[in-house]
Amino acid sequence: MTPAGAEAIPIATVVIDGIVKRFHGPAGAVVALDGVSGAMAAGVITGLAGPDGAGKTTLIRVIAGLLLPDAGHVSVMGLDPSQDGAALGAVVGYMPQRFGLYEDLTVGENLTLYADLRDVAPAVRPDRFSELLALSGLAAFTGRPAGKLSGGMKQKLGLACTLLGDPKVLLLDEPGVGVDPVSRRELWAMVEGLAGRGLAILWSTAYLDEAARCDRVLLLDGGRVLDDGPPDAFVRTLVGRSFRVAMGDGDRRRIARRAAEAPGVIDTWIQGRSLRLVTAKGAPPPTAESLGTDASPVPMAPRYEDAYIARLLEHRDGMVPAPAAPVVASVAVNGPAIETRDLSRSFGSFKAVDGVTFQVGPGEIFGLLGPNGAGKSTTFKMLCGLLPPTSGTARVAGFDMMTARADARARLGYMAQAFAQPSSLTVRQNLAFNASVYGLDRREGARRIAEAIGDFGLVAHVDTPSGQLPLGLQRRLSLACAILHRPRILFLDEPTSGVDPIARREFWRRIDVMAESGVTVLVTSHFMDEAEYCDRLGVIYRGRLIALGDPDAIKHQHADGDDATLEDAFVAMIATYDREHAA
Amino acid sequence: MNPRRLSGFARKEWRQMLRDPSSIVVAFVLPAVLLFLFGFGVSLDLRDVPVAVVVERPTPESMGFFHAMAASKYLTPIAIVDRRMAEEALRMRQVQGIVVIGETFSGQILTGQAARVQLIVDGTDANSARLIEGYVQGVWNTWAAQLARERLGAGAVRDAVAIDLRARVWFNPAVNSRYFLVPGLIAIVMTLIGALLTALVVAREWERGTMEALLTTRLTRGEFLVGKIAPYFLLGMGGMAAAVTLSVTVFGVPFRGSVWLLILCSAVFMLVMLGIGLLISTVARNQFVASIAALLVTMLPAVMLSGFLFDIASMPGWVQVITHAIAARYFVAILQTLFLVGDVWAVIGPNLLALGAMAVLFLGLTVLRTRRRLE
Repeated sequence: MTPAGAEAIPIATVVIDGIVKRFHGPAGAVVALDGVSGAMAAGVITGLAGPDGAGKTTLIRVIAGLLLPDAGHVSVMGLDPSQDGAALGAVVGYMPQRFGLYEDLTVGENLTLYADLRDVAPAVRPDRFSELLALSGLAAFTGRPAGKLSGGMKQKLGLACTLLGDPKVLLLDEPGVGVDPVSRRELWAMVEGLAGRGLAILWSTAYLDEAARCDRVLLLDGGRVLDDGPPDAFVRTLVGRSFRVAMGDGDRRRIARRAAEAPGVIDTWIQGRSLRLVTAKGAPPPTAESLGTDASPVPMAPRYEDAYIARLLEHRDGMVPAPAAPVVASVAVNGPAIETRDLSRSFGSFKAVDGVTFQVGPGEIFGLLGPNGAGKSTTFKMLCGLLPPTSGTARVAGFDMMTARADARARLGYMAQAFAQPSSLTVRQNLAFNASVYGLDRREGARRIAEAIGDFGLVAHVDTPSGQLPLGLQRRLSLACAILHRPRILFLDEPTSGVDPIARREFWRRIDVMAESGVTVLVTSHFMDEAEYCDRLGVIYRGRLIALGDPDAIKHQHADGDDATLEDAFVAMIATYDREHAA
Repeated sequence: MNPRRLSGFARKEWRQMLRDPSSIVVAFVLPAVLLFLFGFGVSLDLRDVPVAVVVERPTPESMGFFHAMAASKYLTPIAIVDRRMAEEALRMRQVQGIVVIGETFSGQILTGQAARVQLIVDGTDANSARLIEGYVQGVWNTWAAQLARERLGAGAVRDAVAIDLRARVWFNPAVNSRYFLVPGLIAIVMTLIGALLTALVVAREWERGTMEALLTTRLTRGEFLVGKIAPYFLLGMGGMAAAVTLSVTVFGVPFRGSVWLLILCSAVFMLVMLGIGLLISTVARNQFVASIAALLVTMLPAVMLSGFLFDIASMPGWVQVITHAIAARYFVAILQTLFLVGDVWAVIGPNLLALGAMAVLFLGLTVLRTRRRLE
């Protein structure tokens, strides 16, 4: 399916030429798109990749004719979206991020509505409906309200509704978000089938593994095009610069940090018991000596993310900042830092969490993994003392969350998934607010705030209202606030979602440093590579803990092949569980 | 306008409306509650008002006046010997007024002088105070006239009554205020359905992200708006019919106009309300803001400034000017006329014209503000 080369673009169905789009907010004009050009061809999945805020949704809306560009021109099969709105509706199918479904209407009613709105003739409807229902696997659910479908099923129904008018151009805004890995694969297969039938498809994503599977990728960063071409070609630029080093059972984080400081190394990433690294352009290949490791680095096939990081660093002319070690009190904890025993929580007759037992030792980074609705968040809430368990116990820092919640809370820090700091307050005011909430006395509070501002690189932003900070800096501020009271245990709920890869790396380096000083970290994430960064993982599915162990062990136990990913293991694990519990 | 797109979209709107329990509550349950509340509970008439009566010297005459008050269905006299105790009772709000029948009362009557009765009224609620004043005055007038007839012969009646007779034309206690309130309530009910419910419907599409999907289909602006209006128009007219039926059957309010005129006027008023609701919803794009705005712009003025509860003619001049911007004002006037008087074109015509102009204005603005883009 991939065209022979970057130059050999088949007849371009959509041409994007120098699009500029500005938004006027209270803080002045924000440039969302800054001269973006690109193309989409029939029969091809074009990826639109980049972190949140890169301009992906804005570009899709410009193509769909929902926003007018300030400069530049778009042509969709010869139509101008800014003028031919009505005609555009006949050729373009657009699925917004929230699917555009009516949750109080059933699957069948949603389909009928969109068939009416997209001028599908009554004669062809029965065939068209049964075809799309078969394609989306929703034939058995036509009478179910769309609001009662799982994330993956909603996504497929949204796609089916979009396909009703038989569009030639399909614009999908982050279809892979909020969908479990199994449904994501099915969705991907659906879309590949559509491309095979000659549709021009735009798939926007913040996940780089999704981008790597596209035929062509338009990679955006800060409203500019970072790369436009087949992902293979993009990744090939990194050949000879990607390596893997086995770390064995040594102190992985110390090894990783030393390697990151070695000359010529621009990126490191812990992956189970090995370390991946990327070297600078033209740098000599690293050796065990230069890295200070026992094993020698082995060259390996670069991944899309490696190339992305390298390109981003060139583009921004910088490197992943090495954080100063934040001073965190490392108090010896006797016994496990976090311990659950038969932890269960029911909502009515529904068992959200069912007999979950695990322990996390001091200084460990423990990942809690699972699809949406599996019971991950409920477990998390019980561990933070936000929700009482129906049965079983949860102990944090040796304190029972039921009976000694206040003692436990004094020892734990919590960083919520959404940015939970008052956004109208400045960075300094936010820190001061949190210091007072944690009951620090004034002198101690002032000292720790000054430290946090220095450690977290917030000096330049102290007087900026935190709502105006970029996402990566907001996460950094959230973390700084969460550790002001020097907690021994840190709970992180989806800490890096939406953050660009460089900010993610920087974030994880901070976590490393804290873990080294004895802080226990419990983290949830939907990034599979982040899961591999953890010391140990617990996989939750349908309320039960279906796997527990270090990432490599889980990977090898559930998936075959050396290059199997954790996601492969995850999909296999879920399939096995469903098969065993179907009867 | 493509009939299939329009009917498909309107059908979706209708289904959403029926499946949303809040729309049924607003359209049928809330109106019924309001009607029962205003029809039975709230009344601008007072009944059995407790009044302390201090009789300083019991005589046949003073007791006669006391019994005359007891016979009135508006007053409940309570005999209290001491004036200070009566004042205490007024302060404790146990009574709403004090009638002092002085020591010289009988003597004055028997000698043909003007007899003096002191009335002290709790003025906290000015409206009630005036009513109580009127009731006591009414009892006094009747009693005095009767007394004069008995004692002094028919010829002296004119003189005896002339002393105290004061006509109270501003409010006639014999007229049931329910007759005014219930027709006005129908305007409130339709404001609820028309503006409050529709204020949510466009904002909801924006909030749930479905607007983006709609904008990329072939649905036109006209189809979108008609599809939004039609179901709520039907619901509003249904609510109106239910409220009118309740008024006539349960509350016994007379209906003296013609039904077709009621339907015509209601339809025009409904369009004004739908226009305002949709305009708010289109501009706000946020359900919370839209519902607060609809409450402030339509509901509150409809209750306060439409003449439904408070007489417009007795408002300050500048407030009276403002009431002309309130659609409910015209509709309340039409309703009260249709129910209590009949098809008086001189009243209905101008009011209906004003409503028609407002419907065109708000629906037109909604059409102008409905965009086929996100900005």
